[in-house]
Amino acid sequence: MPPSRFFPARSLVLAACAVAAFSLPARADSLQEVSRLLKQGQHAQALEQVDKYLSGKPKDAQGRFLKGLILSEMNKPNDAIVVFSKLTEDYPELPEPYNNLAVIYAQQKQFEKAKQALEMAIRTHPSYATAHENLGDIYARLASQAYDKALQIDSSNASAQTKLSTIRDLMSVSGRPAGAKPGKPAVVAAAEPAKPAEAAKPVEPVKPAEPVKPAEPVKAAEPVKPVEIVKPAEPKAVPAAAATKPETKPAGDAAAEVAKVIDGWLTAWSKKDVKGYLSHYARDFQTPSGETRAGWESERAKRINKPGAIQVGHEGLRVTVDGDTATAKFRQHYKSATLKTGTNKVVILVRRDGRWLIQQEKIGN
Amino acid sequence: MAVRSHLRRFTLAALVALSFPAAAANEARYTDSGPEPLLARVFDKIEQNRWEAALQETETLLKAYPNFRLGHLIKGDLLLARTKPLKSFGEGGGPAAQEKIADLREEALARLRAYKSKPTADNVPRYLLQLRPDQKHAVVVDTQKARLYLYQNDNGTPRFVADYYISHGKLGADKLREGDKKTPIGVYHVTASLPRQKLTDFYGSGAFPISYPNEWDKRMGRNGHGIWLHGTPSDTFSRPPKASDGCVVLANQDLDALSKSLQVGLTPVIISNNIEWLSLDDWQSERKSLLDMIDEWRRDWESLDTDRYGNHYSAKFAADGQNQRQWIDHKRKVNAGKSWIKIATQNISMFRNPGKEEYVVVTFEQDYKSSNLSNVMKKRQYWIKEDGRWKIVYEGSA
Repeated sequence: MPPSRFFPARSLVLAACAVAAFSLPARADSLQEVSRLLKQGQHAQALEQVDKYLSGKPKDAQGRFLKGLILSEMNKPNDAIVVFSKLTEDYPELPEPYNNLAVIYAQQKQFEKAKQALEMAIRTHPSYATAHENLGDIYARLASQAYDKALQIDSSNASAQTKLSTIRDLMSVSGRPAGAKPGKPAVVAAAEPAKPAEAAKPVEPVKPAEPVKPAEPVKAAEPVKPVEIVKPAEPKAVPAAAATKPETKPAGDAAAEVAKVIDGWLTAWSKKDVKGYLSHYARDFQTPSGETRAGWESERAKRINKPGAIQVGHEGLRVTVDGDTATAKFRQHYKSATLKTGTNKVVILVRRDGRWLIQQEKIGN
Repeated sequence: MAVRSHLRRFTLAALVALSFPAAAANEARYTDSGPEPLLARVFDKIEQNRWEAALQETETLLKAYPNFRLGHLIKGDLLLARTKPLKSFGEGGGPAAQEKIADLREEALARLRAYKSKPTADNVPRYLLQLRPDQKHAVVVDTQKARLYLYQNDNGTPRFVADYYISHGKLGADKLREGDKKTPIGVYHVTASLPRQKLTDFYGSGAFPISYPNEWDKRMGRNGHGIWLHGTPSDTFSRPPKASDGCVVLANQDLDALSKSLQVGLTPVIISNNIEWLSLDDWQSERKSLLDMIDEWRRDWESLDTDRYGNHYSAKFAADGQNQRQWIDHKRKVNAGKSWIKIATQNISMFRNPGKEEYVVVTFEQDYKSSNLSNVMKKRQYWIKEDGRWKIVYEGSA
């Protein structure tokens, strides 16, 4: 009885087959104790107990499965992954370790890996309902990522978001009594041996047209992109703290500073003050054609010192500041005796010792 | 079962619009290496209802072109179709992104159409009447097809080399005014090469300004400036077919490949709405009729018979502030003081203007010798067909 309450249906199957293989009373007792500790949130003790148990039975599937659950509850996903991965190697016929592996991967936003693990679970047990449900969520999540990339949108679509949190629940439910959250797919525990319920599921939805492809060729095309996930499951103080940072005002001041620097730079240029003009450039200024700094400076000096008045001004100046980097975009009007041009300019400045200096100067919009 | 039928519905709804005649393109004819072949394979698999294979092909496509947004959209559809029925292309992108999805759909159509209809070896764009020997290549753009075609000068005959997907003006072609977000239609050439370092990321791996507005544009009162061939930002493989402010935009890898063939000041860039193709025979006869007429003009000038010379000039002629009569009168005075003229023309290039206005831009080096004056110049003429006869409507130095 207790095991079925501690773990959703997926572990129920596991318990049954593992129990048959070993002497019943001893393991039942100590593993029940571990489960109880886990349920009460006494993770350290649970881990200690399960390790003790496993020292006598290092191969035991049920014990190792429990240890994996404890580790993921303790927020040690990488350790949990090791435990579940080893289980999939030693017991490839069991779908549950694959499923739990997938849930952890999903929490880490490693959806491709999660997908592969779930597909393995389904390959061994085509009617494994939980894996099908989870896989559906993973597909939706992967689809949403793909749409984000296609359409350059930041927020993921809402349905994928909520489904993902279901997966999260899946994991946390595993340590709590079943039935606490009815209606969630994870709580299939209630379905007990679950045969009829599973039969109602669409069988083999994954690869209908392609029974030929046994291998997984897509191996981690996109490993672990930590995309802009919004952390729905952590209502901690983080957002509030971030929101209180008054980021805007200094940026506004900085923008004004940058505008002044641009004015000063163009004024020096117009006055043919070569020294003043060059003093606006940072030491690591990227010369336009990759020439040496000295070469570029002498070329500039030559140009600016050409006889005749020059006038350089700007129009439509827009400044954006990001920390110690600023981008100034404007239309530059240049007038000399021989040439009158208007050019769209983008100037990138950096703040060094409180001074804004030009690091890059480009033509463009 | 349920999922299966979702997929079927997806096939029907999303792909009817994108399906093409089964007669696939002859792959052997391929010279460029863009995403089209992989994209076509994705759609082939979808049409065969082989979803897993379609997704695998999409992954292959995205591995090769990680910033190819269209590929990501298809991947999204293929994944989402496993969880719910889809009714339209890119449906899972949500209603807010309808415009972007429509753009990507247009891109898919443009790429697949071009893939299935490559130019054949015995047809050439009508515009490339004659390349100079030192013009190694010519570029012809088809805005409606969102395609740029590169031709090689093979002893005077244009030979197809490669074609690339391009984007043009948000509001289409036929530029008239500065800021109208349209791409000009006409005969231009590359005037400069701007390297990546001098540009913002927006222009990608480089830019090649072209000679818009040309003499004819100015004459027709068209203005604006800064029409470039350029690349894409580093996070973007390609842009929708109609996306620019008038420039012709290529994927960076395509621009890089193309740039090897571009000669500043020399390579013609002819932008059309919809390329007219001629068989090599028709092309040859059109070319010959104009070359003959240019030679007749040269000989009539040498003859010092100003009336015969004047017959080559259209009533609509205008150049240097002179109309037809003033131009001929001036020539009559000049000729009166001469006992002989010898004119040689060489390095003739002839490009027909695409679109409604039928004229041919002729450029050549003119070696003029006479009893009292000699000079060598590069000359440009615009020839139009008037009552079935070629006539000059503009003449000036080039």
